[in-house]
Amino acid sequence: VRVALFIPCYVDQLYPRVGLATAQVLERLGVEVEFPEEQTCCGQPMANAGVAEAAAPVARRFLDVFARFEHVVCPSGSCTSMVRNHYDALLGDDPRLPAAKRATMELCEFLHDVVGVEKLRGRFPRRVGLHRSCHGVRELRLSSASERLEPRFDKVGAVLGRLDGIELVPLQRADECCGFGGTFAVAEEAMSVMMGRDRIADHAAAGAEVVTGTDVSCLMHLDGLARRDRRPLRFLHVAEVLAEGLA
Amino acid sequence: VSSTDFDRVAGPGGHPERAARFAADDARAHWHDQALWFVRAKRDRAAGAVADWERLRDLAAEIKRHTRGRLADYLEQFERNAKAHGAFVHWAADAEEHNRIVHELLSARGVTRLVKSKSMLTEECGLNPYLEARGIEVVDTDLGERIVQLAHEPPSHIVLPAIHRKKEEIGELFHEKLGTAAGVSDPKILTEAARGHLRERFMAAQAGLTGVNFAVAETGSVVVCTNEGNADMGTHLPPLHIACMGVEKIVPRVRDLAVFVRLLARSATGQPVTTYTSHFQGPIRGGELHVVIVDNGRSRLLADPHHRRALACIRCGACMNTCPVFRRSGGYSYGWTVPGPIGAILATGRDAPAHASLPFASSLCGSCSDVCPVKIDLHEQLLQRRRELSARGLVPASKRLAMRALSVVLRSAWLFALSGWLMRLALRALPRGVLYGRWNAWGRSRELPAPPAESFRAAWKKRQGGRRAG
Repeated sequence: VRVALFIPCYVDQLYPRVGLATAQVLERLGVEVEFPEEQTCCGQPMANAGVAEAAAPVARRFLDVFARFEHVVCPSGSCTSMVRNHYDALLGDDPRLPAAKRATMELCEFLHDVVGVEKLRGRFPRRVGLHRSCHGVRELRLSSASERLEPRFDKVGAVLGRLDGIELVPLQRADECCGFGGTFAVAEEAMSVMMGRDRIADHAAAGAEVVTGTDVSCLMHLDGLARRDRRPLRFLHVAEVLAEGLA
Repeated sequence: VSSTDFDRVAGPGGHPERAARFAADDARAHWHDQALWFVRAKRDRAAGAVADWERLRDLAAEIKRHTRGRLADYLEQFERNAKAHGAFVHWAADAEEHNRIVHELLSARGVTRLVKSKSMLTEECGLNPYLEARGIEVVDTDLGERIVQLAHEPPSHIVLPAIHRKKEEIGELFHEKLGTAAGVSDPKILTEAARGHLRERFMAAQAGLTGVNFAVAETGSVVVCTNEGNADMGTHLPPLHIACMGVEKIVPRVRDLAVFVRLLARSATGQPVTTYTSHFQGPIRGGELHVVIVDNGRSRLLADPHHRRALACIRCGACMNTCPVFRRSGGYSYGWTVPGPIGAILATGRDAPAHASLPFASSLCGSCSDVCPVKIDLHEQLLQRRRELSARGLVPASKRLAMRALSVVLRSAWLFALSGWLMRLALRALPRGVLYGRWNAWGRSRELPAPPAESFRAAWKKRQGGRRAG
């Protein structure tokens, strides 16, 4: 299998280690990885601010770069969901959109649905809190949402569960939002900070040593709070956990 | 309810300012969050006890969609059948007309004492102050509503109007207003006191007004769900019953109630069913039943393809209980009768400039959409509202300008890389005092990310170059 890496803008500029870990995990599983260098961003910051005329050209550019690939893999549920669930409102009838929506997948989703988790083998003997980012849960359906009364499933958990010794700690609120929310983090600073601190407290009370998740944005927010409050928690993206575990 | 009421109870400003004020009392905000999370957890258990909950939601959404498409027909069918059972039906285009109709019905019969069971519609229309200004005593008989009425406050939640009040505060209020002993805060004792106080009002009432949860087209009956039996108490004694409903309350058939009644109480409070589900078909013997059907902006919502699904709302409040922002900011922070995610959608439909901050009072986590018993795509509609506000120039110019600038940068890989390089340089080189200056809302309570030496694209280039060389 050959995939195009779709590295979110802020991961590219601030968290290169997450992009590298993503590539490393994929290659270890025999996936051929390409990074189209013309890529920049999916357009989500502008779209969530409501400024559609600023978001649409960036979204169209995403299709220019990625439409030719059969698989596009991204270490972010939110950016993946932007393409899959929100491009329709911006790009409407762009003929390239349906295929691009089918092609674009979040990393764990790709490992679970395309590669197959049985290929994963590794070890990560830590107590891990899994932060379930909202767009992964409620827009991509990577795991069952606590609001919905349906048979439970969990793609991210299934991927992490392949690592020997990993212990996913039980949380009081399994999929409550961390309060990042893009511009929400500054526009509604008081809410954002309180929501984040509450998530951290839940993970800490459950005895997590490491907090992981599918989205660096949520982790950046939580890590920023935890460092300010001098909480001894490590925040690692799932790709980093897998890269460390599979090595 | 006027906006000045919310200024009084929540202070001035938009949602962020009011939310920050509420959250500043950290213990209280956490208490509020826990109280509502408890209701959410109870809802999860109650919904989980129903086989095929998700199928019920689908059915409810389908019935609402069908009904919406034939709304005028079903309303007319309702009117015919209600009249056939001896009820009077009135049509009100807006809040003003609604209030006038109710007042005329009361004054023509010399009513000066009215008891009301819970009706968010009359809150929306500002009926209480309208009637009080015209010499009619209005007593809200739902316990929570009575508490906020005695405190001269608007409700802070559509199902749990006094959820923002602790029992000790209610004890103080009742001591002052109802003469309970000082320092008493036992909910049982306070409830008993309220009950005695309300019994007197029920006995003395000359008319009873209720809201409507469902109006059944095929039978011409209205259905009211309460836990306290106050709708029944208020309408069985006095000769005049006025039932006020928005046009969206109509369902085609009695059997449709089997879907909605199962969803409503479980979603609202986690009860299998409300204690009372009262069907009113025609007046009591020797009395009159008047149904006032109100539009007040609803047909405008119906005409809006992006937001007409919001008309399906059955006012259960589940989106408020689940909303991580609502739980931590309180209902008053929204500054409108219906708060929370659904309130943000409805309020901006009514008066976008006045409520422009509400669609942004959400992290777009989507919990509301998944909890909604009638499957309103709430968080998608919040996002759509943001687009509408932006298109109408109702988001701050600075924000739109910043987003347009960002858009220009992101349309060029080299501009993007250059900007990223400058950002990392700034993160490394600027003194902490500057980096964490007043301008930096992120940094007031959070550390900024530690800047890496290089971007992913730079690291990738080296890596691939090294591989080719190797």
